[in-house]
Amino acid sequence: MASLRLDGVTVGYGGRTALDAVDLDVAEHEIVCVLGPSGSGKSTLLRTVAGLTEPDSGRVLLAGRDQRGVPPHRRGVGLMFQDHQLFPTRDVGGNVAFGPRMRGEPRGEVQGRVAELLEMVGLPGAQKRPVSALSGGEQQRVALARALAPSPGLLMLDEPLGQLDRSLRERLVVELRQLFRRLGTTVLAVTHDQGEAFALADRVVVMEAGRIAQTGSPVDVWLSPASEFVARFLGFTNLAAAVVRGRSADTPWGAVPVPPGAPQGPCTVLVRPAGVRLADPGEGLPCTVTARTLRGGGSSEISLLLAPEDGPELEASCPLHTAPGPGTTVSAAFDAAEVVVLPAR
Amino acid sequence: MDLGRREVRTGIRAGTAARLALAAVPAVFLALFFAYPVAAITARGLYDGGRWRPERIAAVLTDPDIAGVVWFTLWQAAASTVLTLLLALPGAYVMARLDFPGRRMLRAAVTVPFVLPTVVVGSAFLALLGRGGLLDQWWGVRLDTGVAAILLAHVFFNYAVVVRIVGGLWAQLDPRQEEAARVLGASRWTAWRTVTLPALVPSVAAAALMVFLFTFTSFGVVQILGGPRYATLEVEIYRQTAQLLDLPTAAVLTLLQFAAVAALMAFHSRLLRRRRTALGLVDAAGSARRPRGAGQRALLAGVLLQIAVLLLAPLAVLAERSLSGPDGYGLHHYRALGSADAAGGTFTVAPLEAVGNSLAYAATATAVALAVGVPAAVALTLRGPEGRAGRLLRGLDALLMLPLGTSAVTVGFGFLIALDAPPLDLRSSWILVPLAQALVGIPFVVRTLLPVLRAVDARLREAAAMLGASPPRVWREVDLPLVRRALLVAAGFAFAVSLGEFGATVFIARADAPTLPVAVARLLGRAGEASYGQAMALSTILMLLCAATLLALEGVRTDRSGEL
Repeated sequence: MASLRLDGVTVGYGGRTALDAVDLDVAEHEIVCVLGPSGSGKSTLLRTVAGLTEPDSGRVLLAGRDQRGVPPHRRGVGLMFQDHQLFPTRDVGGNVAFGPRMRGEPRGEVQGRVAELLEMVGLPGAQKRPVSALSGGEQQRVALARALAPSPGLLMLDEPLGQLDRSLRERLVVELRQLFRRLGTTVLAVTHDQGEAFALADRVVVMEAGRIAQTGSPVDVWLSPASEFVARFLGFTNLAAAVVRGRSADTPWGAVPVPPGAPQGPCTVLVRPAGVRLADPGEGLPCTVTARTLRGGGSSEISLLLAPEDGPELEASCPLHTAPGPGTTVSAAFDAAEVVVLPAR
Repeated sequence: MDLGRREVRTGIRAGTAARLALAAVPAVFLALFFAYPVAAITARGLYDGGRWRPERIAAVLTDPDIAGVVWFTLWQAAASTVLTLLLALPGAYVMARLDFPGRRMLRAAVTVPFVLPTVVVGSAFLALLGRGGLLDQWWGVRLDTGVAAILLAHVFFNYAVVVRIVGGLWAQLDPRQEEAARVLGASRWTAWRTVTLPALVPSVAAAALMVFLFTFTSFGVVQILGGPRYATLEVEIYRQTAQLLDLPTAAVLTLLQFAAVAALMAFHSRLLRRRRTALGLVDAAGSARRPRGAGQRALLAGVLLQIAVLLLAPLAVLAERSLSGPDGYGLHHYRALGSADAAGGTFTVAPLEAVGNSLAYAATATAVALAVGVPAAVALTLRGPEGRAGRLLRGLDALLMLPLGTSAVTVGFGFLIALDAPPLDLRSSWILVPLAQALVGIPFVVRTLLPVLRAVDARLREAAAMLGASPPRVWREVDLPLVRRALLVAAGFAFAVSLGEFGATVFIARADAPTLPVAVARLLGRAGEASYGQAMALSTILMLLCAATLLALEGVRTDRSGEL
């Protein structure tokens, strides 16, 4: 296994900067997930490491060696493509055997390895099946087995589970993490789905317009987004410009308590939905319930959209059985533990 | 992800050196065996007494006889094109959108005329419409002295061009787009006019241009059916070169035809580029429906009848004539082909030997066309840094199409004039014929392979590279399996057109080693019942060879293989 280091990597496309002086380290055996919206440069990042795109400046180092001028087929990294790109003219076995065959491994050994890998991804004995007859989930597994077959020093995954339906995705992502842990694979994955990133990664890298906006463990990033962009990308909507004075902030929603030690002065305040509490009438901010959405996915929480008389709408979450119906007038109070103070816009 | 897609376009960057090396193969071949002979014969006509004679150009162009030829060439091509479109567009619709038993077979049958040698088509129409032909025999009607026979033969020839180009796209247009228009309140007619028609227009234009090009440079058909009264530029070039030995006039006419064809080609490639604009395309296999209602059934019946009368009847009559002798039906004419003196001393060898010659020449020509066309197509599809090399390659793309439109007669005569001195003294070599035939085959190889190679997802190649395959290995492991069918189709097309090549071969085939079309033309050129019957017999053999090649191809062809 090898470590990866990106050193000030810049890539431009037709006058646009896809990657802007990106620095990134991935340690051996680490699983890093790059998270970002479409066009944030995350695919370019993978392609640059793979050698499919040459950086305009900066260095890519694999196991400490500069990869400038090294063609893709000599870098010893694996890449699992967004839509799998299985070879349509080969069967499952032929696809998985491709990498070892390119390395000139003896036929007998290759067959053994193919059988072992198919077993591992949960498709034992599928060697002779045509790839066109595979379901999306099965293609996914074959693509994974194919990428793992040459034992790449670094495995890269581009939106690995993007095309699968939700329940399959949630099951596979757990399986993937367990598998990579067991094999000790160094993994660099990119995705726009935070759930996938959080479930898969040891460390999450959030990208914004070709730059790295935040790096940290999934929990750290979730608990304290570094900027309004990161917060919005993670799905938070209760964000407003504010000024911190002492233990509370002046916001369009009135005074919101902030955690101890928050920097004073202008900032952006984030209130997580769990921090918007329904209080007794007269106690907090009077609001009208405008929408009520069942979250689903194993949670019995209800997401409420609240319109205050003044200021932007607020998202709150509350248990199903206590949720008020649309049109109801309620009072919203804020919980300092669920409030994050972000740098001003 | 849009950014991801755009990045894919740049793909694996092939080295400029590798691309230019691949492109060098066709470039050198075309320079040596196309540009040089054509330039040599043109120079022979216009360079005299130590200086160029540009005044000859004006002299030829103002000659009223030549003006007549130019006028006839233009209007017969225009009339043939319009007639072909009118007759073939319903056929294109039926083949694309209606599902009926025998559809596949019919589509193959319709394509047979396209690969038939012009000489065979000429003979077939002579058998149908000419002196002693079927119509003459039944009703005393002869059409071979008018333009009608020429136009009908051109329709016969190019029916498949329209059905293939327009029908091929039509079958892939997503029927749901028309349905979407219907749901939004458009009538069936309005939906067709506003959704389908605009999507089809570029392909109709492309097909029309192809037909115009083929009929503009028509040689064999006009040579056989036109008699002394009608001549296209190509026929006139032949007459001036071979009969009147007036090289200056032939050279000017060659340049004139070259300029016209180059202009048409440029226009065509612009249309093709526009055709690539995003259309919602679906798998052609799923877009055809069983005919519904009296209208569709009548249309289907009409098209089937039309194909029977227009395309199959001439071929059937050709076969019938080849079997009919003075004492009833029999293999009389075929047997006569076996001896050299049967045709009254026209041949130094038995005409039947032409079959063996033709097959050997065509096989060699196919090998040459593939050896030149495949590197060309690969060089054109490898993506690499733009700039001068990229522009050079685009130039190559156009250059590769030129042999299709250049006077074959000029090429053939150019071979004799240019390739007769060391180090390239090939005049007495048998390879001369396959080389000339390969020139016509190359455009077909390139046009068949290009769209298939372009359709190979660049990310498949990247996936192979990521698994450790070097660029040549990627080609072998990814591209080759995907284009194998297209390669077979390309080889078949090259084989069929080589088999039928006439204009150039007629000059360079040695008297003791004629090809089938040359032998047919020689037999037709002689008076007498016997040689007429033998010409029909030999044409039938040639027709069967071409049809067999094409039908073998139909087995491997897919809807995506090729623009033709």
